[in-house]
Amino acid sequence: MGQALFFIIAAVSVIAAFGVIFNRNVVHSALSLLVNFCALAVLYFMLNAQFLAVAQILVYAGAIVVLFVFVVMLLGAELGEKVSSWLTVQNAFLAALAVVLLTVIGTAVFEHYIHGAAGNFTPEAVQQYGQVQMIGAALFTDYVVPFQLVAVLLSVGIIGVVWLAQQQKKDQTQGELND
Amino acid sequence: MIDQVPVSYYLLLGAILFAIGAGGVLIRRNTIVILMCVEMMMNAVNLTFIAFSRYLDSATGQIFVFMVMAVAAVEVAIGLALLVELNRHKETVNIDEFNSLKG
Repeated sequence: MGQALFFIIAAVSVIAAFGVIFNRNVVHSALSLLVNFCALAVLYFMLNAQFLAVAQILVYAGAIVVLFVFVVMLLGAELGEKVSSWLTVQNAFLAALAVVLLTVIGTAVFEHYIHGAAGNFTPEAVQQYGQVQMIGAALFTDYVVPFQLVAVLLSVGIIGVVWLAQQQKKDQTQGELND
Repeated sequence: MIDQVPVSYYLLLGAILFAIGAGGVLIRRNTIVILMCVEMMMNAVNLTFIAFSRYLDSATGQIFVFMVMAVAAVEVAIGLALLVELNRHKETVNIDEFNSLKG
C-alpha cells in the first residue's frame, strides 16, 4: 500500500515537472508547479515530516506560486517560446544518463558512508513529544546560529526588494520631469 | 507503511526531478520559467534531505530543508523584482535579450 501510494505520487510529481517545462503558456507552467509542490508535500507526510509538509504548502504553494502568477500577469508574459525543437533523441539519452548517474552516486554514498549513529528523531519520539517541539528544540539549541543567519537573510531580501521597487518609482518620477 | 519504500526510490525521484529542473533551465528561454525550474531543483534536493532524515532518524535534514525554504523564498522575491526591473528596460522576458549588464 505504501509503495503503491509512493509510485502514484511520484508519477504525479514527475508529470507535473514535465508540465512546467513543456507548457508554452507560463500560467499553465505555474499551475503544474503547484501540483508538483503538493505532490512533494504528500511525500513529506509519508517521510515523517509533517511540519515541513505543511510549511511546503504554505511557503511554496501559498506564497511562491502566487508571486510567480502575479509577476506573469504584471508583465503580460503569458506566452513563452516553442520547445519542440529541443526534443532530440540525443538530449533524451543524455538526460536519462544524468539521472542514472545521480542515482548510482546517491545510493552508493548512502550505502557506504551515511550510516552514522541512529538519531533520536524516530516516529515514536515524534508521537510522544510532537514534531514541532522537536524541530523547534533543535533549531534553538544546536542550530541557533544558522537560524539567526536565515533571519538576517530574510531582512536583506526584504530590504533589497523594497530598494528595487524604490528605484523604479524614482525613475518614473524622473521620466515625468523630463517629459 | 513508510518502510516499505526503500530510500533509493526517493533518491531516484529526487534525481529525476532535479534533472528535469536542470533541463528546463537549459532549454527554456523564458526567465520566469527558468526561475520556476530552479525552485523545482531546490525541491528535489529537499526531498533527498528529508528522505535521509527519515532513514537516519535525525532532525538535521529537516532543519536544512527549513533553511532551504527560507533561501528559496528570498531568491524568488529578489529574482522576480530584478525581472520586473529588467522588463522595464527591455520590454521582454527572454533571457537571451539580457546580455548586457548596462541594460
